[in-house]
Amino acid sequence: MKPVAIFAITLSAATFAAAAPGASVEPVPQRLSETGLFVPGSTRMASGVMPFSPQYPLWSDGTRKRRWIQLPPGAAIDASRVDAWDFPVGTKLWKEFGYGRAIETRLIERVADGSWRFATYVWSADGSDALLAPADGAVVPVSDAPGGRYAVPGRGDCVACHEGAAVPVLGFTALQLSPDRDPLAPHADQPRAGDVDLRSLVARGALRGLPSGLLAAPPRIEAPSPTARAALGYLHGNCGHCHNAAGALTGLDLVLAQQADGVAHSSQRTLESLLGHASRFRPHGGEATQRIAAGRGGSVLTLRMKTDNPLARMPPLGVRVVDTEGVALIERWIANDLKPALSTSQETSR
Amino acid sequence: MKRIPLEYAILGVAVAATLAVVHPARAQGAAERTADQVKRGQYLVSTSACHDCHTPWKMGPKGPEPDMTRALSGHPENVAMPPPPKLEGPWVGAMAATMTAWAGPWGVSFTANLTPDPETGLGKWTKRNFIETIRTGRHMGRGREVLPPMPIAVYRNFTDADLEAIFSYLQSLPAIRNRVPEPLPPSTPVATAK
Repeated sequence: MKPVAIFAITLSAATFAAAAPGASVEPVPQRLSETGLFVPGSTRMASGVMPFSPQYPLWSDGTRKRRWIQLPPGAAIDASRVDAWDFPVGTKLWKEFGYGRAIETRLIERVADGSWRFATYVWSADGSDALLAPADGAVVPVSDAPGGRYAVPGRGDCVACHEGAAVPVLGFTALQLSPDRDPLAPHADQPRAGDVDLRSLVARGALRGLPSGLLAAPPRIEAPSPTARAALGYLHGNCGHCHNAAGALTGLDLVLAQQADGVAHSSQRTLESLLGHASRFRPHGGEATQRIAAGRGGSVLTLRMKTDNPLARMPPLGVRVVDTEGVALIERWIANDLKPALSTSQETSR
Repeated sequence: MKRIPLEYAILGVAVAATLAVVHPARAQGAAERTADQVKRGQYLVSTSACHDCHTPWKMGPKGPEPDMTRALSGHPENVAMPPPPKLEGPWVGAMAATMTAWAGPWGVSFTANLTPDPETGLGKWTKRNFIETIRTGRHMGRGREVLPPMPIAVYRNFTDADLEAIFSYLQSLPAIRNRVPEPLPPSTPVATAK
């Protein structure tokens, strides 16, 4: 491996290592090439590293993303809890972000004490390797990024999203890896050769305990129309990691995550938490008061997705550019699938 | 009816008597711990300047004073603020007479309602939500950033026990319904797609 070229960030002694005191955990490697992703001395993927692409990806300002997982030799994921997979100690997942060239690669790893640790590596301009970023993040000049600046997340940012759900692994789930992929999902990559999904994981012996019914009829969001299916999937991929029924924000009673186990109940639960609910967030001017509204003023849901106000925008981190395609999908869903029902119920209640 | 052997009967009476003594003692112990925690929380809130910003100030006979009838209920929803003054030179911030609205390079922030009102305060928050807010500087640990002048960098040094005590005290307050306005963004341009 070549020496890493000059970086535009300063590395500090602090790392993302987050293991409990006393636990026998190796320090986080200083270079991506030392994490096990590559064949030593190259940037070719190592043996046992499996690529994958979730069907409902997170919008990340239009970056190109690639993802991989590696399990310890002979180990498997326990999928008996369909929506809260138990990953073996030693599991590693990587996610690469780039505009044209790779800019950063994030790593999450399950360590010996069972906890998860998070790290991110910033690529050199020549693409030879990537160095561990400071624990509080960094800003890297990238000409193709919005405003020419690319924000590398700090450890707190990683935890804010990844520890808001039942399991910190967000894009490697039964629903996200279903072979019954949603053709209308915004920004979804076409599966590449070698990408794993539910069936191939079971065939490899990497996934055990998955109810056999989910192989015969892979998970699929239950919705009355293709638009509704894609909209619910979009909310799942972009909002469900925080707004779910299992994590820290249950008190908000806003459930945008979909379950692979009990899909009908899951989509119904989302609708119940969106319709007929006043929003706690009230924009200035009072133009919207409902999470989803049929009448004048619109819905707080879409208003927060498309605002340029950084103090009101959702998601609150990791996004600086409005996802116009995602917003259009949600607005189409509200207009075509939800508004007729909402309008009728409003007229009835007068 | 089948007779219960004497030794079982004695044992049963002994167990019942023990439970009668131990359970109330446990309940009383838990109540005392909770009361102690609330008292500790009250002490921390009153010595950590929480009232300075989260209780609206009014003009009293001896000058400005916190309006304790609205203790810790945040910026009053009926106090509409005009645009902040334009500041020059080394002056970078301005505050309202209530001490509940603050303007600076971050925009305009309004102090939060910390009472347990479920719709406008912390009534639906959990201990975890509160601790994660202070630890991360983000609402409920995952929302937007908590804005100045909230001294997150100071308060994140509280222990978990301190923060639990503060939360217990805040949850013991009378709920005050007061919908605090959302913050206003800074006037600097925001990023746009290329």
